[in-house]
Amino acid sequence: MESNAVELRRISKSFSANGKVEKVLNQINGTVQTGAILNILGPSGSGKSTILSMCNLLLAPDEGEVYIHGKEVRKWNIPELRQKVGIAFQSAPMIPGTVLDNLMLPANIHQMTIHHPEQYLNKVGLPTSMLQKNVQDLSGGQKQRLALARTLVNRPSILLLDEITSALDPSSVREIEELILSIHKAENTTILWVTHDLEQARRVGTECWLIVNGELVEQGTKDEFFSSPKDDRTKQFLAKGMKALT
Amino acid sequence: MNTLALILSFGFVFAALILSKSFKLGLGKDLIITAIRATIQLLIIGYVLKVIFGLNNPIVIIVMLLAMIFVASRNAVKRAKGLRNITWKIFITILIVETITMAFLLSVHIIPATPQYIISISGMIIGNSMVIASLYLNRLKSDLNLRKQEVLLMLSLGSTPKQAIFPIIKESIRSSLIPTIESQRTIGLVQLPGMMTGQIVAGADPIHAVRLQLLIVFMIMSAATFTGIILGLLIYPSLFNKYQQLVVEDWE
Repeated sequence: MESNAVELRRISKSFSANGKVEKVLNQINGTVQTGAILNILGPSGSGKSTILSMCNLLLAPDEGEVYIHGKEVRKWNIPELRQKVGIAFQSAPMIPGTVLDNLMLPANIHQMTIHHPEQYLNKVGLPTSMLQKNVQDLSGGQKQRLALARTLVNRPSILLLDEITSALDPSSVREIEELILSIHKAENTTILWVTHDLEQARRVGTECWLIVNGELVEQGTKDEFFSSPKDDRTKQFLAKGMKALT
Repeated sequence: MNTLALILSFGFVFAALILSKSFKLGLGKDLIITAIRATIQLLIIGYVLKVIFGLNNPIVIIVMLLAMIFVASRNAVKRAKGLRNITWKIFITILIVETITMAFLLSVHIIPATPQYIISISGMIIGNSMVIASLYLNRLKSDLNLRKQEVLLMLSLGSTPKQAIFPIIKESIRSSLIPTIESQRTIGLVQLPGMMTGQIVAGADPIHAVRLQLLIVFMIMSAATFTGIILGLLIYPSLFNKYQQLVVEDWE
């Protein structure tokens, strides 16, 4: 089995809005080993979420390549790639209907039969009595758990988490963190976790990247990142926290 | 109706102008332009039709129909500027609807194969399809704005573009057909359709006029449904790129 779950080679990406072209990512190189939990840190608008979207080809790089399990994303069968590389969004979007409708969505897409959908609710700590509940009646934390459960139905080997706890209260944040760590432990899932929260990165990550103005300025293990950062921007970031750079 | 009667009918426009001025509606310019434009367009088409009816040549009829479909496509596309190949997709949709409907009407001899019937009835089919296409694109655009996250969610879970967009396409087709269905419900009770009224005024037997009108009603309902479905199927690939990403940023 290959050791790199994700590999980024010189990726760049620009967006245009109102006639202006803005470079969001500039020549990013990096690898994520299978089974790692990578925290991607950086100020708002630094390009963190764009990196995630490129890993399952919701966005394509303008330059460079993204490899998933050794194969460039554009060479994958796209539905298969997105099944293998699951993403959970900050907003936890839902389709109108019940918890069950949402939970069965991946199964319906891929024409899979799921005999016990309630097991996925158990995995994320939601009561099975919730299956027939309308998703509009769920709290933010419950929606986020359901979104995770729904992503897990696809049995992804790589999980992309895009600031999934930023809108939650502190106790829900800790519960979601524990939940993800337990999923990681049980399935050896590779996790790329975009977060604003330095403390969260300390608690959950095994590796850290810092993205500033579209550049990957620091990458290393969690201990290296927090105790002996090499780049001045990382030192500044750690010293002043996010506020200094946002 | 003689020329004097036509000139006198402009009295209605003057009445509207006086009311607009009295109530300060600010519609004066629009009323004048619309009245002049309608007069010029209808007079021109009247003379064009006279020539075409006189020629009675299938190629001329086909060219006329293609021109009508092209103008209708250009008009409907105003709702969808920025989408790839959209004019041609609307053109093809209306062309298919027109071909199917006219082939049926002519093959079972419901209408005679004369330019008078073919062009007049085609005008109704094409005009109706144009309105449906326009309503459909309008609805699709607003639904996509509202439900973009839903489409991205489906794609992120590994759906095909068709799976991701289908619920929205279905809803847009339904919504675009509702006005057509609703307007047919009160037909004969509230409004008498223009074609039927025209025939009765021209001295036709009302029963004959009703029969022809029923044909038009059924034809319009089926043409509307065909338009919605065919355009729905043709248009969704334009909303995605080769990497199955939703690309609607250029849709003005």
